[in-house]
Amino acid sequence: MDRLFDFSDYDQLIPLVQNSLIAGLLLGIMGGLIGVFVMTRDMSFAVHGISELSFAGAAIALLVGLNVALGATLGSIVAAIIIAILGSRAKDRNSIIAVLMPFGLGIGILALALYEGRAANKFGLLTGQIIAVDDPQVFWLIATSLVVVAFLGVIWRPLSFASLDAEVAEARGVPTKALGLLFMLLLALAVAASVQVVGALLVMTLLVTPAAAALRLTSSPLWVPLLSMIFAVVSVVGGILLALGGGLPISPYVTTLSFAIYLVARVIERTRTKTKRAG
Amino acid sequence: MATKSILQVKRASLSFGDKSIWKNLNLSVAPGEFIAVIGANGSGKTVLLKAILGQLQLSSGEIELLGKKVANGSRAIGYIPQHRQADTGLPLRARDLLRMGLDGHRFGLPFPSAKTNKKVSEMLEAVGAKEIANVPIGQLSGGQLQRIRVAQAVIDNPQLILADEPLSALDLKQQGLVAELLDSQRKQNGAAVLFVTHDVNPVLDYIDRVLYLANGKFRIGTPDEVLRSDVLSKLYGRSVDVVRNQGRIAVLGSSDHDHHDNEKWT
Repeated sequence: MDRLFDFSDYDQLIPLVQNSLIAGLLLGIMGGLIGVFVMTRDMSFAVHGISELSFAGAAIALLVGLNVALGATLGSIVAAIIIAILGSRAKDRNSIIAVLMPFGLGIGILALALYEGRAANKFGLLTGQIIAVDDPQVFWLIATSLVVVAFLGVIWRPLSFASLDAEVAEARGVPTKALGLLFMLLLALAVAASVQVVGALLVMTLLVTPAAAALRLTSSPLWVPLLSMIFAVVSVVGGILLALGGGLPISPYVTTLSFAIYLVARVIERTRTKTKRAG
Repeated sequence: MATKSILQVKRASLSFGDKSIWKNLNLSVAPGEFIAVIGANGSGKTVLLKAILGQLQLSSGEIELLGKKVANGSRAIGYIPQHRQADTGLPLRARDLLRMGLDGHRFGLPFPSAKTNKKVSEMLEAVGAKEIANVPIGQLSGGQLQRIRVAQAVIDNPQLILADEPLSALDLKQQGLVAELLDSQRKQNGAAVLFVTHDVNPVLDYIDRVLYLANGKFRIGTPDEVLRSDVLSKLYGRSVDVVRNQGRIAVLGSSDHDHHDNEKWT
């Protein structure tokens, strides 16, 4: 509850919100972009799996007094590497994720149960933080999203080729396996960053929903990432602004916005196909 | 003859466990040559393509592409896969699939470029696919998608085109049209073709030679040299009839059957 008191103090509220908004903007850009590949590579479930191990890493870090962001990132990377190595085939992948996920969650819950600090910290990892992102955290988020977005920019074209037309890409000499592994590492970083803001259970609202909504509206390889990015930014930044007054976690606001955008996208798609058929 | 060959398969053998797929396979593909690879299921047609792409290790022998040992695909290769219904809801239209054949391997973002657009548009026009340029590939018919596939395979001027049953799942008329298109398009830049198929008829007019795989053995030659009852009977080790009727060829008694060819048990 002490966070709530911070809000009444306007001098502190402004920089506080500023940090959150910067974090939200970056997360939105990163989540929207990487989400396109999550969709085209059919990795939604992997996002969920990675986020649970990220949660375990963060919870352990919290328990032993290490940097939570570092713990979340390490947990993510371990999960991503396991999934990448053992789950190269789609069928194997799903079962491996399903095996990993509850284990990660269990470890995380154990670590949180043993942790004797503030309860808010505990819940934050699962369901998202109250809108408080401190300076080191925002620095971490900036660094992570810059790395992820920069790498995505460099490998965008061959990764698209490998994701959408794997057989031909491989024949043409595109290193599909190496790209797949690199993508998993980038996904791990993106998940770890998102876990700290929206929580492990709700990461998909940033990394899956916006891209899924964009794909309902267009098939253009230019517009899908742009729309996905816009949807994700609107969800996170909008969610933060809405959550500001209440002092509740931002995640319900973010997930509701994100879901609403998806619903609208589906309705638009439906109306369009109807008009097309009628005309 | 072998001095200028594009692809050389030298005494190549492949076996999975104790099962020998083919043994001491020799094949030399000259520039611009169109070769059909025929055989029953499990005769090792598709794995031959995989070996040429460096995706499968040979048990012995070697394969050279343009004088170099093959490794993980090549930009000198254009590839046409079997028709598979593409997922709807992918961020990929016909023109985007085509463009990936041209610059999909390059790093960076796919910024629109006038030069690329021109080339893609010309290619779309050449394969008669201008109207479907902006259609998501999940909504294309089998024939339409395979036309785009042909265009994608030739757009970067490859020296060798590998086609893995590109006509299966198409109706007879579309098979003919796509085969004709492939032949006319690949002639523009003189690309050689290795065309894996279980039915030689759609490409019979275009092929120079046939590589017939059966029982771990093989026969190479012109269609008239290979597609004969005595030759194939010897290859199969039992009586096989090759029947010619109205320009079409049927191999009877080979237990090659046309069904289930799309199924893969991998």
